[in-house]
Amino acid sequence: MAKCRVCRGPAVIDLPRHNANFCAEHLQQLCRRQVAQAIKDHHMLEPTDRVLVAVSGGKDSLAVWDVLRDLGYQADGLYLGLGIGEYSDDSGAYARDFAERRGLYLRTIDLRRDYGYDVPTAASATHRVPCSACGLSKRHLFDEAARDGGYDAVATGHNLDDEAAVLFGNALRWEVDFLARQSPCLPAGDGFPRKVKPLVRLTERETAAWCITRGIDYQVEECPMAAGNRHLQYKATLNRLEEISPGTKAAFYLGFLERMAPLLEGHSTADIEGLRACARCGSPTTTEVCAFCRLVNVAAAHEPVAAEIIARRQR
Amino acid sequence: MKVLLRNPRREIEITGARTVRSLLAELELPRESHLVIRNGELVPGDTRLEATDTIEIRPVISGGC
Repeated sequence: MAKCRVCRGPAVIDLPRHNANFCAEHLQQLCRRQVAQAIKDHHMLEPTDRVLVAVSGGKDSLAVWDVLRDLGYQADGLYLGLGIGEYSDDSGAYARDFAERRGLYLRTIDLRRDYGYDVPTAASATHRVPCSACGLSKRHLFDEAARDGGYDAVATGHNLDDEAAVLFGNALRWEVDFLARQSPCLPAGDGFPRKVKPLVRLTERETAAWCITRGIDYQVEECPMAAGNRHLQYKATLNRLEEISPGTKAAFYLGFLERMAPLLEGHSTADIEGLRACARCGSPTTTEVCAFCRLVNVAAAHEPVAAEIIARRQR
Repeated sequence: MKVLLRNPRREIEITGARTVRSLLAELELPRESHLVIRNGELVPGDTRLEATDTIEIRPVISGGC
């Protein structure tokens, strides 16, 4: 029987990249330490910071909220109702249940109720993939909520697998501009809040194990809009390499942050010159009306489209 | 043993005892992207699963960008 590397008690998980097995208690200790190290290494948070966690109801966002609270941070949640049929209904229920059981504050914004559209309808109205409208809505609304609520930072549940897959995709096409901006901590500036990714030293398998051993129920089913997307294919490719050579993903991504990212400093050509307030919502933008307000304008005028129709189109 | 699979959610019946690692290999499911839960408890790869166990094989990959 596999034994915990720390206490020699019965293990609940084998982690080949650490060449070790861990019991629940010491798996959680490992996760806390990895998150604390990421926060320290990348100057993500100060102990007194107020943090707004972007909560989806999935394992990563609930794990990051749970770990941050466990480490003593003052962290509230914001859930965005995307209107992706039953998937969104269930995801919202997991997020609310997590918050209620722990007495945490969770704010909810519902795209259909509050802005007159949902992600499937936005995808149809703009003739773009649903992840595009989803990402734009999330970035805008989380930034705005952080500004309005006086939060010091927005924390997301992006993990090592997410970041390694993004890095893989950017490196395959030598997207130097994106590579230069791929940081687990984007400082505040120009009206945008600081954005941090405290889980970047944990794999998806580890964040899922955190949730299971902490008794956190989360949305296990995959978003029907994301099925088969390129990001998932990159993850599958990296996981095949990880099975052959454990530690590959961490070496790839953490090595990039340590040795490559410093060489790319100053290479981002992101257009932050000419920023002004959006004529409609006041958010920082380089155009008269920001991309989110333009999306709302088009999507809210469109006849509602069922999630199943867009999901079938994605397959 | 009863084995619950996800994405989509479905249940299959597997006959005979075997280890977690063998079960994943037999179903062609990569270890790096799955966790195995036996009777509600997370278990590592060398755990022997018995015919009377209830198993969930939980994928851990999320597709969000």
